[in-house]
Amino acid sequence: MLTSERSIARTRLHDRVFSIAGGLVTLGAVMFLGVLLFDLARDGLSRVDWQFLTSFPSRRPGQAGIFSAWVGSMLIMLVTAVTAIPLGIAAGVYLEEYARKNWMTSVIEINISNLAAVPSIIFGLMALGLFVYKFGFGQSILAGGLTLGCLILPIVIVATREALRTIPRGMREAAYALGATRWQVVRHHLLPYSTSGIATGVIIAMSRAIGETAPLITIGALTFIAFLPPAPIVTDPELMIQPLRWVWSPFTVLPIQMFNWVSRPGDDFLRNAAAAGVVLIALTLGMNAVAIVLRYRLRRRIKW
Amino acid sequence: MPQAYTPSTSVDGPGPGGTRVEALPALRPRSALSRALEWLVESSLLLAAAFSVFVTAGIVYVLATESIPFFRHVSIWEFFTDRMWTPMFAEPRHGILPLVAGTLTTTAVALVVAMPVGTMIAIWLSEFAPSRVREIVKPVMEMLAAVPTVVYGYFAVDFVTPALQHLIPGLPTFNMLGPGIVMGVMIIPYVSSLSEDAIRAVPMLLREGSYAMGAGRLTTALRVVFPAAFSGIAAAYVLAISRAVGETMIVAIAAGQQPNLTFNPLDPAATITAFIVQVSLGDLPHGSVGYQSIFAAGVTLFVMTLGFNIIGAYLKRRYRQAY
Repeated sequence: MLTSERSIARTRLHDRVFSIAGGLVTLGAVMFLGVLLFDLARDGLSRVDWQFLTSFPSRRPGQAGIFSAWVGSMLIMLVTAVTAIPLGIAAGVYLEEYARKNWMTSVIEINISNLAAVPSIIFGLMALGLFVYKFGFGQSILAGGLTLGCLILPIVIVATREALRTIPRGMREAAYALGATRWQVVRHHLLPYSTSGIATGVIIAMSRAIGETAPLITIGALTFIAFLPPAPIVTDPELMIQPLRWVWSPFTVLPIQMFNWVSRPGDDFLRNAAAAGVVLIALTLGMNAVAIVLRYRLRRRIKW
Repeated sequence: MPQAYTPSTSVDGPGPGGTRVEALPALRPRSALSRALEWLVESSLLLAAAFSVFVTAGIVYVLATESIPFFRHVSIWEFFTDRMWTPMFAEPRHGILPLVAGTLTTTAVALVVAMPVGTMIAIWLSEFAPSRVREIVKPVMEMLAAVPTVVYGYFAVDFVTPALQHLIPGLPTFNMLGPGIVMGVMIIPYVSSLSEDAIRAVPMLLREGSYAMGAGRLTTALRVVFPAAFSGIAAAYVLAISRAVGETMIVAIAAGQQPNLTFNPLDPAATITAFIVQVSLGDLPHGSVGYQSIFAAGVTLFVMTLGFNIIGAYLKRRYRQAY
């Protein structure tokens, strides 16, 4: 039958064409990332040097740097990590291991999935009203870190739950059979087994936080900071050590510094922006690469 | 939980071979301290889980308390019908429409990019690509979603818009097309990964049935798998819309800062998010109408995204239940 042969040939051709077209489209999306990285590196890589990393912002683009910005980013990340990681893991453990099926649990679950989809700038507005004014934290590192902590909380919770879910039921039952309490099961078995899974999620969440700009602008982070937050150890005769004084300091962060330079006229500032972008993207993509490797090794190593 | 029980301290008697069986240690009831600790742990974990509800409550509380005074100054009617948004002018006008128009236009441009490309990538990855290619492409897609948005904004202004100006002479430096396209690429991973999940949930039997009828892979993908996975793919679209509506930095950098009631992507226009950023950068006194206006804009944004999220969650639940 000639017609059926022809129709088979046509089917094969269609499959072939789509297979190639789909591959090209995928390649196009990957290339977009490649072009972006190339464009950024071409404009900014030569500008990233010791002077750039250790100078404060300046009106003269050639002397400006990102010292206060990267220090600010690190300190904000510290506050975010200290709040969001324990809270997120605890919430994940509760929902996966403790929660009974009742209305309260489903309210919490629906709430978390909704929260994950709220635009980041809304978190900024919440923080402006609540942290900055109501709680009186001002436009400080504390307020900024808490804002991003709230923002990444759902990511940490979901990652924790997924990591716990991969542990087979038998593990829990074996521990209970030996008389372990629920907390003993969590502490001695579930948390150790899920550490790398949780770590993967936490790294991805932190890389998201480090690139966030909008919520920090909304709470009023400054764009021009030519000083560092106070060091924890000061030569003040009254109080030699003030370990938490820095959390009240005003701050700027890398993405805000970059935004500030992008919106200024002049190619030199644009080059500075690109250089800040190089540092920023190296941080975020580096963290993501670590997470991907971690997950890949995890998948290969663990066979329940 | 095993019930505590108190057995006799030793069990004597003939074992299987007539030998004596070792004495079992006594099972003691758990101490009050241990039970208190368990209770304490469970309560604090519950508190941590409940914290996320407090965050949502905080969002709703702030948006409500800060925008209610705003709507005492500005009538809801004016807010939705006035065609000008100039809250910072000496004679302020408060019509949200120009900002909504900017938001919808940039979102539409992004969707025109992300929907076909994202769907095609999802179908290709799940139905056509060899598994080794998939292992490489998926992490790269994740990287696409991990690029900070301010970097995307830079790329829109520095590369995409100038490139477009070669194709479209007279395109202004700030326009909605360039950032819209970049935003579209940014949300491709959201569309493709959610769609792929939905496509994978389609049972193999459906595909095999189609192949048995003589259909090719493309016909099976488009006529059988795609319709079967459609509610999941639609959920991916809707959640991508919500992302695009709430995206801030790309449009704040590259689309312009002037509210402009237009749906033409070649024009510059501010979005809701760009307006909030612009005002936040300035130094508005706490409690002024200008300050409150960003919360009124925020409420609008929150309601829009909430609506899309609810539709998306509904569609997602539907495809999960289907098989």
